[in-house]
Amino acid sequence: MKLRLSEEDAAFREEMREFFTTQVPQHIRDTVAARRELSKEQIVEAQQVMNAAGIAVPGWPVEWGGKDWTPLQRHIWHEEMQLANVPPPLAFNAGMIGPVIANFASQEMKERFLPKTANLDIWWSQGFSEPDAGSDLAGLKTKAVLEGDEWIVNGQKTWTTLGQYGDWIFTLVRTDPEAKKQAGISMLLIDMASEGLTVRPIELIDGGHEVNEVFFDNVRVPAENLVGEVNKGWDYAKFLLGNERVGVAPVGATKRNLAAAKDVAKTAGPGGSSLFDDAVFAARVADLENEILALELTEMRVVANSADGKPHPASSVMKLRGTELQQAVTELYVDIAGTSVIASGAGADSDIEDWAQVSAPVYLNMRKASIYGGSNEVQRQIIAGGILGLRG
Amino acid sequence: MDFVYDTEQEALKDAIGALLGKAYDSSETRREVTKTDPGWSEGTWQQLAETGALGLPFDEADGGFGAGPVEVAIVAEEIGRVIAPEPYVESVVLAGGLVQVLGTDEQRARILGGIAEGTIVPAVAHTEVGGRYSEQPSAVTASGSGDSWTLSGTKEPVITGERADLLIVTAALPDSGTGVFVVEPDATGLTRTGYRTMDGGRAAKVTFADTPATPLGHAGADASAAVSLAVAKAQVAYCHEALGAMETALSTTVEYLKTRKQFGVPLMTFQALTFRAADMYVQVELARSIVMWATLVLADSEDATFQIEAAQRAKLKVSKAARHVSQEAVQLHGGIGVTAEYSIGHYMSRLTVIDHVLGDGAHHLQSLADSVDDHAEYDPFGE
Repeated sequence: MKLRLSEEDAAFREEMREFFTTQVPQHIRDTVAARRELSKEQIVEAQQVMNAAGIAVPGWPVEWGGKDWTPLQRHIWHEEMQLANVPPPLAFNAGMIGPVIANFASQEMKERFLPKTANLDIWWSQGFSEPDAGSDLAGLKTKAVLEGDEWIVNGQKTWTTLGQYGDWIFTLVRTDPEAKKQAGISMLLIDMASEGLTVRPIELIDGGHEVNEVFFDNVRVPAENLVGEVNKGWDYAKFLLGNERVGVAPVGATKRNLAAAKDVAKTAGPGGSSLFDDAVFAARVADLENEILALELTEMRVVANSADGKPHPASSVMKLRGTELQQAVTELYVDIAGTSVIASGAGADSDIEDWAQVSAPVYLNMRKASIYGGSNEVQRQIIAGGILGLRG
Repeated sequence: MDFVYDTEQEALKDAIGALLGKAYDSSETRREVTKTDPGWSEGTWQQLAETGALGLPFDEADGGFGAGPVEVAIVAEEIGRVIAPEPYVESVVLAGGLVQVLGTDEQRARILGGIAEGTIVPAVAHTEVGGRYSEQPSAVTASGSGDSWTLSGTKEPVITGERADLLIVTAALPDSGTGVFVVEPDATGLTRTGYRTMDGGRAAKVTFADTPATPLGHAGADASAAVSLAVAKAQVAYCHEALGAMETALSTTVEYLKTRKQFGVPLMTFQALTFRAADMYVQVELARSIVMWATLVLADSEDATFQIEAAQRAKLKVSKAARHVSQEAVQLHGGIGVTAEYSIGHYMSRLTVIDHVLGDGAHHLQSLADSVDDHAEYDPFGE
């Protein structure tokens, strides 16, 4: 048991801190700090800066641009990125389809897609959820039928995050309607410029356009775009979702957001006084800070104990608690803003500060966190069944 | 940051776990032991002494084994796992801790050596009625000078105060500040009235009437800082005891949900119950992380302010987690959960005691709230 980082890891942390605070353009980091939406160009630029330095996809196999880092070093990389207000590499590319292709696809498919995926030359979208297949993902109905050397795809996907920017979409499609639920599913890569594919925006409660519906009407997909083997898609999806849970709790960003919220709270009281003069407010923030500390330390325990490659059982705590605390900070911001919270459309001419203007949209938007990536109820099911052995 | 025990620490955990698991093999055994004074087993205490557990934190020169907070944590956790009633945190960690930092060479050799061998079981008389969680005593005052001192006033509740072979007493010094004194059990003017506590333990009202007392270390010097640090170490040890107890409360509840049948099916058929068990697990894991971190801060940092704050943070989280876990554990058991015959209620009882000694969650939260706006991100490395 040791409190401090080893000299080597401390030096690594310095190196990461230096990189993220000096090499990633300031306008991108300012947008993240202001909790404003990033443009497509900003997300691409940030990832390309990292990729040029060879640190965009450290979790991939080394031959495809990955790093031979320890789990702790990967954690430090992730943490320092968030503390520096740097947007993480696009999850659909770096955390989802990239690792699936690297682990399960043909050599030809790897060569075709991995370099462009790492560099965000291809923007990937995720085509998993459907109107009737959310938490029960295996109930998906979008089907693909082989005709000659093409799959004909019909159906609908939904909740496709940033699908309006997508070049390609990785989908789960039903290729064997006779087989049991999970057994008849394949993973298909589809060019979003294909004929018969339409993207329709879904407006969210914050007024933003972040997710979409994607419709497939007799979309023709070359047979070679099927990942790995036919009807093995569920295995690849489980692998992908397992990866998704690991990075889904942005503890560093939550910590940084709380620090920023504390800063604005110091002058948000009547006449510019400090909200910390209010004992109830101060206690709420102190307790929230302590809960975030407990989660951060849990993440370090999980990271330290995952060294043999197996995830620590407590990793399921990360998604559940990580999203709850992420949301708690957005709620704190709303309460610091007070009545200014309603001024979400006020703009630059208003006397109301920007952080207060964005506080409600961010709060509303962030309700998604406990729903996506396996809802928090799914996480409780995993803890109860998988860890505690409570199987109904 | 590294949270993994080395092989010697693993061996210590196994040895203490086996010893205590045998001594308290059932809730019934514990109930029998706690029925008669002193509320714990002299035999088990001797066995703990023989394994070296009672001398772990003390220097070898003082008759100890020169181990550190991590080893103390391991023992405390095993104590909590079976809620062994032996006063490990009270007599070894807190009383021993005060002697360790304040005592003269002679006092350390006698008292710490005695604790390690199991021949001296001291109690700390610190809490005063009406003093709430204050670390500055006022009801017990010291008068005298040089080596000749007397104490007057009342301390209560003093855990294991009647049985104790020696009392370590905090008292207000004549001018200002806190003094720490040693009072022998046969000192004149000393009255000890013991009683049962709701967790099966024993406490006492201890009255001093011009009772002769020996200063621990330098006579008349303010020992407030030393008391705060010794208290912080005891707080963290208590947190580990609570962790052990919470883990058993959770596993006992899980087992109950698997085996108890209603409506012809095991209780685990009902998601309304299993989700609550999942939330208990989350709380136990979060508490474990922050408590182990606090132990690392005690072991690796030299900064007393950082150590004291780490202890407060751990105690706050444990207070919240322990309430959640013990209340849910009893509720998920149903009626049997509130009977004395079954184990789970005793875990709630013990966790309630631990929460309310050396400051509860709300007390520590207030202290943390006072300084929450003087830093940006909180750095767990203390840098």
